[in-house]
Amino acid sequence: MADNKSPIMERIAEANKAATTGIDAKDIKNWITIYIMGKAYKVPADLTILAGMEYAGYKFVRGVGCRQGFCGACATVFRKKGDYKLQTGMACQTRAEDGMYLVQIPFTPAETADYDITKEPYEASVFIKYYPEVARCVSCNTCTKACPQDLEVMDYVQDAIRGDFDGLADVSFDCIQCGLCAMRCPAEIVQYNVAQLGRRMYGRYGQGVPDHLRKRVKEINEGTFNEEMAKITACPVEELRQIYTEREKEPE
Amino acid sequence: MPELTYIEGYPEDMRKEIEKVAKTREKRLDYTPPAMTMKQRDEVLTVHPDYAPGGKREISVGPNKGDNAPNEVADLLEAYPLVEKDEIDLSQVDYNPDILIIGGGLAGTTAALWAHDSGIATENILLTNKLRHGDANSIMAEGGTQAADRDIDSVVKHYIDTIGGGHFTNKPDVVRALVEDAPLIMKWLCELGAIFDREENGDLAEKLAGGISVKRMHSCRDYTGLEEFRVLRDEFRTRGIPYLEHYPAIELLTEGNRVTGAVLWNIETGDYKIVKAKATIIATGGYGRLHIRGFPTTNHYGATFDGVVLAYRAGAKLRDIDAVQYHPTGAAYPIQIVGYLLTEKLRGSGAQPVNADGEAFVYPLEPRDVEAAAIIRECYVRDKGLTTPTGLRGVWLDTPLIEIKNGKGYIEKAFPGMIRMYKRYDIDIRKDPVLVFPTLHYQNGGLETDPSGKTNVGGLWVAGEVSGGVHGKNRLMGNSTLDCMVFGRRAGMSTAEYVKSHKDASGITLDHLNQYVQKLEEAGVKRTRRAPVILPDYRGKAALARMIDVF
Repeated sequence: MADNKSPIMERIAEANKAATTGIDAKDIKNWITIYIMGKAYKVPADLTILAGMEYAGYKFVRGVGCRQGFCGACATVFRKKGDYKLQTGMACQTRAEDGMYLVQIPFTPAETADYDITKEPYEASVFIKYYPEVARCVSCNTCTKACPQDLEVMDYVQDAIRGDFDGLADVSFDCIQCGLCAMRCPAEIVQYNVAQLGRRMYGRYGQGVPDHLRKRVKEINEGTFNEEMAKITACPVEELRQIYTEREKEPE
Repeated sequence: MPELTYIEGYPEDMRKEIEKVAKTREKRLDYTPPAMTMKQRDEVLTVHPDYAPGGKREISVGPNKGDNAPNEVADLLEAYPLVEKDEIDLSQVDYNPDILIIGGGLAGTTAALWAHDSGIATENILLTNKLRHGDANSIMAEGGTQAADRDIDSVVKHYIDTIGGGHFTNKPDVVRALVEDAPLIMKWLCELGAIFDREENGDLAEKLAGGISVKRMHSCRDYTGLEEFRVLRDEFRTRGIPYLEHYPAIELLTEGNRVTGAVLWNIETGDYKIVKAKATIIATGGYGRLHIRGFPTTNHYGATFDGVVLAYRAGAKLRDIDAVQYHPTGAAYPIQIVGYLLTEKLRGSGAQPVNADGEAFVYPLEPRDVEAAAIIRECYVRDKGLTTPTGLRGVWLDTPLIEIKNGKGYIEKAFPGMIRMYKRYDIDIRKDPVLVFPTLHYQNGGLETDPSGKTNVGGLWVAGEVSGGVHGKNRLMGNSTLDCMVFGRRAGMSTAEYVKSHKDASGITLDHLNQYVQKLEEAGVKRTRRAPVILPDYRGKAALARMIDVF
């Protein structure tokens, strides 16, 4: 047991307890009702769908990952009260609203094609070869409407068909591969897989390895830094401290 | 309580406070507070959660008995197993790979690829994941990866920055491996098709970051870890390497002093699988979800310290386990995103921490512990922080400065993830500052290794955040994704060599658990705590109070 305490740390822990230990009803003033797979739950207002479901008693073993909008695990579809539109979002990034009906889609059935990018020509044909269904795109733009990252999904599918690797890479870059586009696509394209292949082709062939990087790897392999490195790794801490304090900093 | 009125994402009273920041912005454009002296650093660190009294105690059992650790960490090392020895039937082996990799983030995935490159057939590798392949802190790394690949830079400078940032406590041989392999890792990523930010001439675009003396931070917008990982996962998939998802390891298997496999648990159905392996690599990441000292965290849902708990029971040594990294700038408003990471690249690109009076109060690029402590001091000692409607405190991070310094349109191009995150709550980070407070970010210490990733226990390697030594007591930005790939690669290559010259493990037992349980009993540890944690629990208190188990 700790024999001393830190009042500052206790105040910080108290202020953060809703985010670290689960929400206590007595701290909540405003409430809403959401329908999780049709079942009504009264949950605190101003939560994300994910936190609302947890408040209701769900402990996630699927449909959750990073909780911060990067991993694409918590794809969710919902309808708002009085609105015919079927909407999509990430449960961890979407505010729960009163009267919302929702269900999670925690998995997208889709197969990664079996390619080796080092052996493919840097041409549009690579998409037709591995994901031929890309040609079935009817330009309905449903994928774009479904994207929780607000990407122009249909545009990059068209980029793929045209072989515009640069455009595809730029437009699709922020994709979190949640699968919502693929689940909505009437042409059954798996857009995020197409984009992954296209980005890798662009990275390898459109950008490539810059000379300065190649040069440095060669220097290291040739042992250019070995002597200096041996000296510094054997350096006593006091001397290192001095070198560290006196080292020059490159200006911003 | 009356309903709050929001003006462009902020409640009225916070909106008024923002005016103070806007008013001093022009003056601050040419003013950066000086970096702290070593003495000033020591002084401010007294309010850092790692140094403030009451957060730690001595570990009472195991290889690091007597060492100091955060209470939440000691709790899990001093905990009983989830399963008793007799509950597990070891007579039927479900998988028998040469190399078992536990954890599929950047480290584990890299290990699999390099084991394969080193001549191990795909069917002799098995990668298992607690959640999906890639549900890891790796993909949330926003800011970048360090590698000394510019002419004015050198691996020696990278070494000095890393060791200085770690308060000279780092293990020199692994730091050397880290910095010397960094350019090679960058080259490997480029060849696999990862897309990095570039200069107009095609060179890699590189930036400064906290504690770094030369621009060597490589980024992929603010999705660096995501881009690196999804490229590696795609390569992994196209090679057809076997993997399991939603199968956390709940215990290692041993024979004598050698690890010979693991017990995996199907998190959905509850049944278990037995894996027998010649070599095991633990790459399970860190412990943000333990909420040390009650801090919110930037970490993903499964970051619960499981790998260390398992390896420690098998006799693996820890180092620097007392040192926790709090990222200086977690979101403090709005409540839905509290604790989320605001990348250091924002400060690297010119954003300044600013207090309630509109003053820049700290050099924006101190090492993370110093920067975090300075923000805590501003809020809780000097009382110059702001308070949110839910009672959290924080200081401003003046993001609009970034565009004044780098030109209009820069934020949208460099920080699309940040813009998106705040836009969902009607806040425009190009126009308004955001409120920040330190958040639990990284497990600095962990399982000790040699430069090949090998631990003191036979048959056991580790890579990534679960390991200790390379960052000493404080990690620099851009060294974590690098750590994962450098030591993932080394562990993959080293295990490949090992399994070629070692026969199949003859025995799989849970004997080490019996010994550990005996030690716990001798130390008088009560049977109330069990580990690994696997997942944290955020269910509402009202729902939990009425929950019964009837099946």
